[in-house]
Amino acid sequence: MSPVLAAAQDPTLADFGKDPWWLVLIKILFAFVFGLLATLLGVWFERRVVGRMAVRPGPNQVGPFGLLQTLADGLKMAFKEDILPRAADKVVYFFAPTISVICAVTALSVVPFGPKVSIFGHWTPLQVTDVSVAVLVLLACSSMGIYGIVLGGWASGSTYPLLGGLRSSAQMISYEVAMGLSIVAVFMTAGTMSTSGIVAAQAHGSKLDVLGWNVTAPGWYAILLLPSFVIFFIATVGETNRAPFDLPEAESELVAGFMTEYSSLKFALFMLSEYVSMVTMSAVTTTLFLGGWRAPAPITTFWAGANSGWWPMLWFFGKVLILVFVFVWLRGTLPRLRYDQFMRFGWKVLLPINLVWILVLAGLRSIEDWQTRDRLVATGVGAGVLLLATLFWPSRKKEPKPPLQEQVNSRPHGSFPLPPMDLQVPPSPRTKRVVAEREPANVVAGPDSREV
Amino acid sequence: MTTQTVLAEAASVGGGEAVTFWILAPLALIGAIGMVWARNAVHSALWLVLTMLCLGVFYVLQAGPFIGMVQIIVYTGAIMMLFLFVLMLVGRDSSDSLIETLRGQRTAAIVLALGFAGLVGTGLYRALDGVRAVGLDKPNGEGNVQGIARLLFTKYVFAFELTSALLITAAVGAMVLAHVERRKADRMDQIATMKARFRPGNYPGPKPGPGVFATSSSVATPARLPDGKLSERSIPEILPARELTAEETSLKGTEKK
Repeated sequence: MSPVLAAAQDPTLADFGKDPWWLVLIKILFAFVFGLLATLLGVWFERRVVGRMAVRPGPNQVGPFGLLQTLADGLKMAFKEDILPRAADKVVYFFAPTISVICAVTALSVVPFGPKVSIFGHWTPLQVTDVSVAVLVLLACSSMGIYGIVLGGWASGSTYPLLGGLRSSAQMISYEVAMGLSIVAVFMTAGTMSTSGIVAAQAHGSKLDVLGWNVTAPGWYAILLLPSFVIFFIATVGETNRAPFDLPEAESELVAGFMTEYSSLKFALFMLSEYVSMVTMSAVTTTLFLGGWRAPAPITTFWAGANSGWWPMLWFFGKVLILVFVFVWLRGTLPRLRYDQFMRFGWKVLLPINLVWILVLAGLRSIEDWQTRDRLVATGVGAGVLLLATLFWPSRKKEPKPPLQEQVNSRPHGSFPLPPMDLQVPPSPRTKRVVAEREPANVVAGPDSREV
Repeated sequence: MTTQTVLAEAASVGGGEAVTFWILAPLALIGAIGMVWARNAVHSALWLVLTMLCLGVFYVLQAGPFIGMVQIIVYTGAIMMLFLFVLMLVGRDSSDSLIETLRGQRTAAIVLALGFAGLVGTGLYRALDGVRAVGLDKPNGEGNVQGIARLLFTKYVFAFELTSALLITAAVGAMVLAHVERRKADRMDQIATMKARFRPGNYPGPKPGPGVFATSSSVATPARLPDGKLSERSIPEILPARELTAEETSLKGTEKK
């Protein structure tokens, strides 16, 4: 693909705001329907994948491969009784789930789905809109989304939802800090806050001069800014309240957290917002770190047209699907964290690492125009200081414990009596070992669809 | 769609800008009035959130997209959330009482507020009448965010750093005041807890459960010890000791009369 064509494909900020009203409407509708459809399929996908991980079929009865299971569940949810607790604050109770959904869906409006394409003769980018502060719009949506959960918890008028709501506000604010800091590295590297600009900045790797060799740095920020990517993804899991960070609805402690009192369509809205925000966050991660709608590296070498026309949507949805799978994977394999561990992880691990990483990145960028020798010296000094600090960091290792016999001897007077250390209980002569012969199970494992 | 056109038309009020303003300005006003009028503290906070959101959009309209978004993220998203956090802990039933502690306080407050609003409104109106925004293109020339960043890290870097130092001092001070750290010596370790438990006079085992007899299945029925005595330790202290009436002790009739 020639650079001229590539430039024509790449939307810039000036390309937005020129669509006719019906095109804007189509784009908005597309983003909205994408969110809803992703939920419909996402719930099915999650249940099937988690089922597969738990060695069971998962939903497989309604429709082909159980695809319509979510639709059936949604219909059932709509026909259930809508319960309004007597102690509830009625107006707030009603608005809380809608706030959640609106914020989750709105974030999709600044996500670029593809390059410029021709729709009914109009040459327009596949993105609802883009502003110079698009990533901040995303952050604003996620920070407003907290209100839905907190208010839902408060308005329910009972204890468990309130606890869930308070937990979630503390959790999401904490992880938003980590998330915002990891985006800073992206801003510094891309030099822009508009999502289409960030995607364009990841198109080509920058040429670096390392020790006389010309090295092409990878274009994707997931590789270039690996620490930021890892922290950002962890923070998105915390931000979307997904397992292993689903403390606001920890069902073993808080029944169902903030949504305990919710039923019928309001509950469905909360579910919807959870899945939409999962998809939104995956899309945002794709945009910020995984090159957005651009085809992954080997494809463009073989096929020059992979980044033009409608094909980029395929790459985009593929990347989003992979990230959603990782979300489901985490849910299927990791146990829930304890609340204090979770907060400690956010504030004492993610945040300091992020700050140090931003400092290092800023340092590296500020010495970019120095001469090679000076640059090497500066980097070496910095790395040396870091190494020395790690080496001589006062370790908190405890003194080795005294041997067991000494510990036993030094126990205070009146301690609970202990059996002797070398106690061996002889087997009772009356005990007979009975070995039960197991009959082989003669149930033939049926195909997937026959199990119910 | 918004920023670009707005940036282009920053000097004159465009159609979209006017429409947005006339939709959001009443909303902002309603939010402000609602914040003062609402009895419930949480409702007050929510009205304030509405006003702040509208203000954020106004900033975006006035060619300041960065400050608008920061208004929404920081003030509405984080600071109001912390307010809400505290208000929820206060309790949901706590509402303002309408009793006047000073006589004529409310009338005086209304008169003063109206007077102040009139003064500020007239002053602003006379000062800003016919004023056109000029020179917006120059600072926003290389982008709003870049312009703010340049000012913040060159001209105002000292003020900026001082403000952050002030905020950090406040946060650390609040933490020092509020955080109670116990000394290591005051903490009961496992050995000390065990010694206290097995001290003579303290029975280390679990308390006996309440007795359940044929006459009563109440948790207020004390358990019997092996020597026949009743154990007071088996009943919860908060239960009032009372005799059951004959009606209460008799079986509840389940058969038809």
